[in-house]
Amino acid sequence: MLHIYCPHCAETREEEEFRPKGEAHIARPVEPEATSDEDWGNYLFFRKNPRGLHHELWYHAAGCRKFFNVTRDTVSYQIHETYKVGQKPSVTADKGAAK
Amino acid sequence: MQHYSGFGLVKHALTYHENWQRAWRNPTPKKKYDIVIVGGGGHGLATAYYLAKEHGITNVAVVEKGWLGGGNTARNTTIVRSNYLWDEAAWLYEHAMKLWEGLSQDLNYNVMYSQRGVMNLGHTLQDMRDIHRRVNANRLNGIDGEVLDVKQIQEIVPIMDLSKNTRYPVMGASWQPRGGVARHDAVAWGFARGADALGVDMLQQTEVTGIRKNGNKVVGVETNRGFIAADTVGVVTAGNSGVLAKMAGFQLPIESHPLQALVSEPMKPILDTVVMSNKVHGYVSQSDKGDLVIGAGIDGYNGYGQRGSYATIEHTLQAIVEMFPIFSRVRMNRQWGGIVDTCPDACPIISATPVGGLFFNCGWGTGGFKATPGSGNVFAATLAAGKAHPLAAPFSIDRFISGKLIDEHGAAGVAH
Repeated sequence: MLHIYCPHCAETREEEEFRPKGEAHIARPVEPEATSDEDWGNYLFFRKNPRGLHHELWYHAAGCRKFFNVTRDTVSYQIHETYKVGQKPSVTADKGAAK
Repeated sequence: MQHYSGFGLVKHALTYHENWQRAWRNPTPKKKYDIVIVGGGGHGLATAYYLAKEHGITNVAVVEKGWLGGGNTARNTTIVRSNYLWDEAAWLYEHAMKLWEGLSQDLNYNVMYSQRGVMNLGHTLQDMRDIHRRVNANRLNGIDGEVLDVKQIQEIVPIMDLSKNTRYPVMGASWQPRGGVARHDAVAWGFARGADALGVDMLQQTEVTGIRKNGNKVVGVETNRGFIAADTVGVVTAGNSGVLAKMAGFQLPIESHPLQALVSEPMKPILDTVVMSNKVHGYVSQSDKGDLVIGAGIDGYNGYGQRGSYATIEHTLQAIVEMFPIFSRVRMNRQWGGIVDTCPDACPIISATPVGGLFFNCGWGTGGFKATPGSGNVFAATLAAGKAHPLAAPFSIDRFISGKLIDEHGAAGVAH
């Protein structure tokens, strides 16, 4: 059972209140008409799926019903940080997990 | 290869079973193979077996980082069926089903394939419409299927709660009598033994650390036991496919998730078929050993940790107890998680890749076990010819660019 800190509620709650929604920071193509099939395919289906640090979108379904981002390790499942949509992660794979 | 038979068993009893041959060799890696298969699970071993048997290519190595059949092959709930909705998927899984039916004889190894029937329950009107549609589609494809009403279900599974008192009363079911369960380890061991006898090298505890390319053409794999050259490399690594693709320098439309399962304490025979429910989401069968084998859906988050969350197990068992109140006091013995590579359309990828000579067979998601012989068979043909087998062609990675998906979400009863 993961314990997840919701940055909107400013509280740590149990995993069952939340729904994982996959990789975060995926930008929709700005000009849909001018976007190639390949770029549409990448946008819709191709994901990083890293073994290690993963930035992902979560939804506080049984709480505030808002979306936010989580930086989580996909092997240890440790959550390094949670942050609001629009913000940048402070823990990244290049920088390593900050203590 | 030492032939297994009833007579052999008696003969070896005379020497206290001390003279059995090892089922496969433990060779040192050669410098170069014609084909290297990465991943020694059921699908990889089946690929090696059919390469040697049907295509005469025996200079083949199976490279496995752990031991043979130690990944998802040993972690699944062993259900075999072929009642998929769409033609492409139905043909592929039915191809596998036909191989299952003669597999024990073919391999001279008892894979204990038991055609005890697979039942997919419907709990809502929409479930029943989907079931009718799927059964009709199956029958048009020559796959056995029937729609059962509640009375017929009760005759087959007397212990199921089919009253109106449940939260989601059962309204009917689809029934595939040829479906069933098989002994998962035996499948891996049988294929390994068969492939070994035909000259394939099983390289265990050999981890691929990189894929070496010359320009845009694969020339071999880097391993912890040194470089192994090969003009053709087939990757069959289930949950770790994304990691291997990254080594080769491209991305897959795959996400890895934990899928959990449980077995109970062994009991006397009580359930002689496979019961699956998509709506309340759980499935259960009883193994020959007597324990209930139970599973459900994946954990929603990405994970490589071979474990999942407790909440998922709780939901699974709620569903099982809803269907079978008689099981409410059964104790669970073991619980585990495997890593499944899920595709956006819940169908596998059997495909060439942007790298020449490199092929992937992955994305089987939660239901790869049932396809083991078929997957190996068509992937072997693909590797041997250097282009997709007709049954594998629709499962090209290109479908995620062209949009020609084979959407099996829910259509096949979802639960695997």
